[in-house]
Amino acid sequence: MKIVLNGTPREVASATLAALLEECGFSGRVATSCNEVFVPATLRATTPVTEGDRIEVVAPMQGG
Amino acid sequence: MSKEFYGVTLPNPLMLGTAQYPSPAILEEAFRASGASVATVSLRREGAGGTGQTFWKMIEDLGVHVLPNTAGCHTVKEAVTTAHMAREVFDTKWIKLELIGHTDSLQPDVFQLVEAARILSEDGFEVFPYTTEDLIVGERLLEAGCEVLMPWGAPIGSGRGLNNIYALRAMRAEFPDVPLVVDAGIGLPSHAAAAMELGFDAVLLNTAVARAGDPVQMARAMMAAVEAGQAAHEADPIEARDMAEASTPVIGKAFLS
Repeated sequence: MKIVLNGTPREVASATLAALLEECGFSGRVATSCNEVFVPATLRATTPVTEGDRIEVVAPMQGG
Repeated sequence: MSKEFYGVTLPNPLMLGTAQYPSPAILEEAFRASGASVATVSLRREGAGGTGQTFWKMIEDLGVHVLPNTAGCHTVKEAVTTAHMAREVFDTKWIKLELIGHTDSLQPDVFQLVEAARILSEDGFEVFPYTTEDLIVGERLLEAGCEVLMPWGAPIGSGRGLNNIYALRAMRAEFPDVPLVVDAGIGLPSHAAAAMELGFDAVLLNTAVARAGDPVQMARAMMAAVEAGQAAHEADPIEARDMAEASTPVIGKAFLS
């Protein structure tokens, strides 16, 4: 199915957000949102990924 | 007497940003050389190869307090969502709440700031609001649950120093028991020292160090400045006067003319 991951359209197979992170090679300290709503780490395994979802995966970065 | 930031006593009053350094090694050295006690960080889209993880490992190894920001957020919803993500990623209740209202000056949108501060405080966050020197806004932020206020010295990255010393002094007088931090606009150690001389509790800066020709040396200079300013404030400085007043005693001077 086609989703938008970090602003880029992408074809993925995963049915849940947790599986998607693994499929796309994310690990370590990241936070996620689906369609502009925060998804806590504890809910990733039960959060479904569906066609057209806009997923954001963020990580620590330099800041002022 | 240094004040607590949500129950935390900082070993020194320098909060240092982590952006814009020439290299990660220089960033790390600037922190180690200065001994800055707080590092501000942000959240951005994770890149290929986990660049965020490498950065985090370095920050973690510094052993400083981490203050995540909501930099670049323009709406309450965006800022609140970012804060939730930051709390999970950085495992801290601290959040530097930035709600940008104006593109050129990066002036905070204080109306949205108060609203977001209330939402986050009620949700257990410990909010460090990036605000202006407006006293009424400060009052509203405290009512919203903030226990720290961070007025700007000048626009972010401008290096202009303290644009409105009168207002910052008024803020210190109005909120004597609230930890106050000058956040943004510092360009020189003298600006940082001046903020501390006013009785502020800390200074948060980034560009002045990161963009200096020698960031490590400038970080050291900033620490020396905030510590000097803090000591000077505690020492109760003299009032300025218009006319000279001889410091050497006149009595006992030999008659030689």
